[in-house]
Amino acid sequence: MLYFEDFPAGKRFDFKPIAVKADEITAFAAEFDPQPMHLSEEGGKASILGGHAASGWHTSAMMMRMLCDGYIHETASEGSPGVDSMEWKKAVLAGDILSGTCTVTEARVSRSRPEIGIVKLSAVVKNQRGETVAICDYANMIRCRPTGDAA
Amino acid sequence: MKLAELHPEGTRETIGSVHFTAEDIIRFAGKYDPQPFHLDAEAAKNSLFGGLCASGWHTCAGWMKCFVPYWMGEIRRLAEQGIAAPKLGPSPGFRDMRWLRPVFAGDTITYFVTFVSAKDLESRPGWRINTILCEGENQEGQPVIRFESKVIEFP
Repeated sequence: MLYFEDFPAGKRFDFKPIAVKADEITAFAAEFDPQPMHLSEEGGKASILGGHAASGWHTSAMMMRMLCDGYIHETASEGSPGVDSMEWKKAVLAGDILSGTCTVTEARVSRSRPEIGIVKLSAVVKNQRGETVAICDYANMIRCRPTGDAA
Repeated sequence: MKLAELHPEGTRETIGSVHFTAEDIIRFAGKYDPQPFHLDAEAAKNSLFGGLCASGWHTCAGWMKCFVPYWMGEIRRLAEQGIAAPKLGPSPGFRDMRWLRPVFAGDTITYFVTFVSAKDLESRPGWRINTILCEGENQEGQPVIRFESKVIEFP
């Protein structure tokens, strides 16, 4: 299990690539963002995005899955207070393969809860051509290593 | 008509509500945010949140779920008055998102949008970038989410 102490500034985690599937773009859009460019290939091609594009909220959710599989699944994570900024830089299209990294930019122990650390990270999501599709600067609350627990 | 002309600065519009069932929370989390406090009511009791709660990204998606039909309604409402609604395009992103309180299973979140400001894009005549404040409150009137979103507007 990884604890706050395992997240010094500069620490980097790589994402396991995930495939963006057309039916998942459509399903997410139908539930949360039913705009034509997200609902079908025809709607996407007719739009400024140029193809069947994932909702930015879907891209965010896919990034979250990559964060979970990248480090959170083995971390004493206690959630997040928020996101300083999210940039949707490029359309994420059906058939894309997303990957990327997240890097710790800052780490400090919470003043009000000394058993919790607040870690700031910057996640960069790229497509199969190496183009950056999203950049997200966010915070993660992570438990400090319990006293007496060897590293 | 420009977005800036539609709503006076600072006027908060209610855009709709989403009820978060345990089933919806677990389904979203299983796919996109599989952490124990979003998946398992028992495990969630031992977390800082204290109970099964929605992924923050699920709470965000709920805002969009309300905004799209709200905006379609605005386009129809304006058309009936003979007014062409502002042409809104994709969003380049958002900033200062705060998940202020957990959204627990059984909560109903009401979402709001407030027009904040508009800026002309120098590189593309007629195009603007709008800043809007997006918020959500639970059934007790407690704020659960807030963020500032950017929206492109075409001539």
